[in-house]
Amino acid sequence: MALRELKVCLLGDTGVGKSSIVWRFVEDSFDPNINPTIGASFMTKTVQYQNELHKFLIWDTAGQERFRALAPMYYRGSAAAIIVYDITKEETFSTLKNWVKELRQHGPPNIVVAIAGNKCDLNDVREVLEKDAKDYADSINAVFVETSAKNAININELFLEISRRIPSSNASAATGKGFKLRRQSSEADHRCC
Amino acid sequence: MNEEYDVIVLGTGLTECILSGIMSVNGKKVLHMDRNCYYGGESASITPMEDLYKRFNIPGSPPESMGRGRDWNVDLVPKFLMANGQLVKMLLYTEVTRYLDFKVVEGSFVYKGGKIYKVPSTETEALASSLMGMFEKRRFKKFLNFVANFNENDPKTLEGVDPKKTTMLEVYKKFDLGQDVVDFTGHALALYRTDEYLQQPCLETVNRIKLYSESLARYGKSPYLYPLYGLGELPQGFARLSAIYGGTYMLNKQIEELVIENGKIVGVKSEGEIARCKQLICDPSYAPDSVTKVGQVIRVICILSHPIKNTNDANSCQIIIPQNQVNRKSDIYVCMISSAHNVAAQGKYIAIVSTTVETNDPEGEIRPALDLLEPIEQKFVSVCDMYAPSDLGTDSQIFISRTYDATTHFETTCNDIKDIYKRMTGSEFDFEEMKRKKEDIFGDNQ
Repeated sequence: MALRELKVCLLGDTGVGKSSIVWRFVEDSFDPNINPTIGASFMTKTVQYQNELHKFLIWDTAGQERFRALAPMYYRGSAAAIIVYDITKEETFSTLKNWVKELRQHGPPNIVVAIAGNKCDLNDVREVLEKDAKDYADSINAVFVETSAKNAININELFLEISRRIPSSNASAATGKGFKLRRQSSEADHRCC
Repeated sequence: MNEEYDVIVLGTGLTECILSGIMSVNGKKVLHMDRNCYYGGESASITPMEDLYKRFNIPGSPPESMGRGRDWNVDLVPKFLMANGQLVKMLLYTEVTRYLDFKVVEGSFVYKGGKIYKVPSTETEALASSLMGMFEKRRFKKFLNFVANFNENDPKTLEGVDPKKTTMLEVYKKFDLGQDVVDFTGHALALYRTDEYLQQPCLETVNRIKLYSESLARYGKSPYLYPLYGLGELPQGFARLSAIYGGTYMLNKQIEELVIENGKIVGVKSEGEIARCKQLICDPSYAPDSVTKVGQVIRVICILSHPIKNTNDANSCQIIIPQNQVNRKSDIYVCMISSAHNVAAQGKYIAIVSTTVETNDPEGEIRPALDLLEPIEQKFVSVCDMYAPSDLGTDSQIFISRTYDATTHFETTCNDIKDIYKRMTGSEFDFEEMKRKKEDIFGDNQ
């Protein structure tokens, strides 16, 4: 079965639950006291989609979103971006548009965009209507789901929807790709064009 | 930001980002700021093309022929990585190499009598090269063998040469090498910018030639590597490492003042707030009173629509013009990369000419290099002052990096990093210190 590595970057304001969504997806766990993101280089999970294996390489912001200091490198080569807001905080939804703009500016042209309204378990303190978010997502042709990392709602569905939207052929793969440096010199490394 | 940090770093050039990464990995609390809204400082890659036009005060906007502005990532400082050099070692030890993809530079060339020739660095290439006559080739081959086997601790390999006493000039004489061979050995293999090394003990030169050959042996073609999307990816990668280990990042922060009490740094004032620190790392532009000018470099970024002639249509290459060939004291370098490296629009090439300034007419000095590149679609010329710290930080605890020099690789930058590390910590730099201290990849099969 063909294995495809798909880089996914996470965007959204500090504290909306970006890391929690990924922890739920990757480790099926939830820690209410998770640190503001430090420590994860990236997280991976492989899922089967039709006759392919999709290995998600999920990059975390490493806290660099806090003062808007994400580097262009963060977006490079991403197949998809998940932009997260908190349904209980209106301002995290208003800034969503800035993240979309940032993505359009620095991200690859054909990137799949997914919007996740997280913390949907806290419906009674909701500040963002599901319909408003859905309308916005539709207007930019983005995937939309409301999620709860805490209660494991719609997390797998979010990634399944991303798999569905990824172009099936390898048309997205850049021609003449580079290679990763490795410790030992070996001919296997030498697969540059 | 009203907090106390162990280290504040100002400027996101490569030197600052690598040091920031090392400090964070070793548990220091780091605040890293830059006055610009982009990463990289003087070692940034500028994107889009429109910003490069603005930066160099070129009137109007880029013409249609330049393609999409966003496809460009133009390095301000031209350099390549030696495949077996110190920066590659730093990338491997820190595993920052995960974030980057590389290509091998396709060729290295040397200028002789107005023409360019491929640099021979292996026996086979030397024997095939048109740079040397037949007898010269044999002697050069013997010399290369001697260098390859050279081990300063094994007298049998030294053939009577004293690594710490015999000068390089004497070694060349021993092998009876002619002026042209000496020129390209010293400048295209050992990568010296001037001829001062001839009178120095030969050990350093032999080691430099070894570095060249070992780098070449890793990937063939040339000893040089280049990261996709430009050199600006390097500082970004190390900044990410620092952030993963808790470093705080702020761009677009104007720095008003370095706060000093009793001759020692205690903090940095930015936008009216003071962040406190025990040590400060910065590039020369943040501490203009504590640096001295040590020279000037001219760099000319040239946009071409064709590969450089006589390079076999290489999509990337280096050309070295040894100083002797053009009656100078220091070499002229050309680094060329292209759309194959995601740094230029389709079908475009970026050739950057650089050298140490020797006269009042720096643009005139680099004429021989520009002649190799014509026709040039657009030129961006800069003459930069180079600075070195006058305050080494012993008392002030302010540690200032050196301006990037005219060398075409990162060895001198890495030496500066090691030197700053030693001054900051009091202990000798050790690559082991750069290793990540914890597992930071999670999920399946890692």
